[in-house]
Amino acid sequence: MSTEMTTAAQLSEISEKTDLLLRMYRQMVAIRQFEAQVNELYTRALMPGLAHLYIGEEAVAVGVCEALEQTDYITSTHRGHGHCLAKGASPDRMFAELLGKKAGYCKGKGGSMHIADPATGNLGANAIVCGSAGIATGAAFSARALGNGRVAVCFFGEGALGQGVLYEEMNLAQLFKLPVIYVCENNLYTEYTHYSETTAGDILARATAFGLEAASVDGQDVRAVYGVAQRLVDRGRRGDGPAFMLCNTYRYHGHHVGDINREYYRSKQEEQIWKTERDPIVNLKKWLVEQKVSDAAALDRLQADLEAEMKKAVEFAVAAPYPAVDEVGEDVYA
Amino acid sequence: MPETHLQAQSDRELTFAQAIREALAEEMRRDPTVFILGEDVAEAGTPFKVLSGLLEEFGKERVLDTPISEAGFTGLAVGAAMTGMRPVVDIMFGDFVTLTMDQMVNQAAKVHYMSGGRWKVPMVMRTTMGATRRSAAQHSQSLHAWFCHIPGLKVVLPSTPYDAKGLLKAAIRDENPVVFFEDKMMYKLKGPVPAGDYTVPLGVADIKRVGEDITLIATSSMVQVALSAAALLEESGISAEVVDPRTMWPLDEQTLIESAKKTSRVIVLDEGYERYGVTAELASVIATGAFYDLDAPVKRMGAMHVPIPFSPPLEDVTVPTERTVFEAARALCGR
Repeated sequence: MSTEMTTAAQLSEISEKTDLLLRMYRQMVAIRQFEAQVNELYTRALMPGLAHLYIGEEAVAVGVCEALEQTDYITSTHRGHGHCLAKGASPDRMFAELLGKKAGYCKGKGGSMHIADPATGNLGANAIVCGSAGIATGAAFSARALGNGRVAVCFFGEGALGQGVLYEEMNLAQLFKLPVIYVCENNLYTEYTHYSETTAGDILARATAFGLEAASVDGQDVRAVYGVAQRLVDRGRRGDGPAFMLCNTYRYHGHHVGDINREYYRSKQEEQIWKTERDPIVNLKKWLVEQKVSDAAALDRLQADLEAEMKKAVEFAVAAPYPAVDEVGEDVYA
Repeated sequence: MPETHLQAQSDRELTFAQAIREALAEEMRRDPTVFILGEDVAEAGTPFKVLSGLLEEFGKERVLDTPISEAGFTGLAVGAAMTGMRPVVDIMFGDFVTLTMDQMVNQAAKVHYMSGGRWKVPMVMRTTMGATRRSAAQHSQSLHAWFCHIPGLKVVLPSTPYDAKGLLKAAIRDENPVVFFEDKMMYKLKGPVPAGDYTVPLGVADIKRVGEDITLIATSSMVQVALSAAALLEESGISAEVVDPRTMWPLDEQTLIESAKKTSRVIVLDEGYERYGVTAELASVIATGAFYDLDAPVKRMGAMHVPIPFSPPLEDVTVPTERTVFEAARALCGR
């Protein structure tokens, strides 16, 4: 029922797709540059509220979303900027939303933790841990009932494994054979607590107990993530039912931008190992150069271009107007 | 009751339960995206048999039995509603809505607003309310006020078979999450219900009985209690008007205020808990809108502030009855 990783044959097939690999590289760098700007905005006190950075986890959102069509659905989390970008959202309207501006995806009413966009199938980021498990499962129900061939992906952190509703949804999804993939991003820390202190037993066994197809994958290797995601998405689309995907990853920054002194829950040495040895962008770059898919200069230029694009997007958002105060009562009811 | 101002004009009589079933069947025939899910809704047709026959007509793809996972299937309904379906969720006892609160309050109610109006959640949650069925503290509560407190939700409390059918059809066609409360003690209540399509708009109160001396604003089964009390009051020479808001939100404040201004005395009746409940909100509407026309303070009557007890003589005193309403009304009128 469970497979550990992408097979060698799959990996070699993916490795042939140079356009895909370069696109995934670009997307991961875009997310990192986006988040670098968020960090900057926040530390300069230009951004209200909270900022939960996705830096370090880019390969998960990108690898999974590359396996989806634009019309497929995702649900996201409080750490959701990467999912939104990977599914096709524009940085300028995202920054506008982060700053509470009218031009934002939600007219400034949602903010960082609630970006939603029907045009890219994004059902919304959710600030209740595991809050979107029902929504993703319901979207998969619609896809099956309407016969439109779509699948739904539910992104959540390993902290959501503590919520009972996740198991209700997996049970329902399997009973109704729904095309939904539950993607668990295990970044090791449930806020400020190591997941081993909050999670008993075997994570994959929780999914296989309901009969879900379940797989774990190195979440720092975008090719491996894509390979597993593609397989699980394809079987969902075929009508073979729901699946669970455990992506082992790492959050480089704190739980939120203000979480700076982290020694009480994890060591600097641990952070350093992940950043230097297992970085998804550095490692893919190295591979792309070694395989002569691209060269270092071109990839550096791409990064510089994306940094410039993000700065422009920030400028757009900073200059954009706030919503008029009388809009506060709009959109309560449809 | 010739003086009753029932909108229903029909020779055909249905029970409250049959009216609910007919509304669902008609909407499911009209719109293929409408479906029902909940515990024991299919072959069993619910413990109250409200849904009997729907499985046979619409099949198990549209009448779905679920596990006992209220949060799970309510959450599923939210997502299905966002993506093209119109779910009607069945929560067997109103007490079980507590298990759905994150899905209803943090998800369904807020999706439209949080997304800046880009997603909507056209779903209905049907559930029950009402005490005196000897079901004790966890099967007898009337928790509709919880949902009234949340922007983004609509809350409907039908009191007659006619209203039940028309309001449920309007709720299913509404673009928002609607919570629809059925008093389980009224399922066998009979009343005129026209065959075929009609809707009762959400947000329009109904004057169930015209009167001059006192207004009884009542919801759900309390409308029947108010009508019985009004008949007793008539014998004492007091003419009572019975006004049914029908929907808690949207709320037809104007009709309530106009009746209060006309009669100058008001009792608000609701089976939810009196403290911090629907009666407090409605009394505030009257106090604000009709203050200078009132001859007495607005009187509130709701459930006692106790868990509903099992023992029949204890349970019976927890909710308003025609006798307690009659006495309160007489006192308010100084008779």
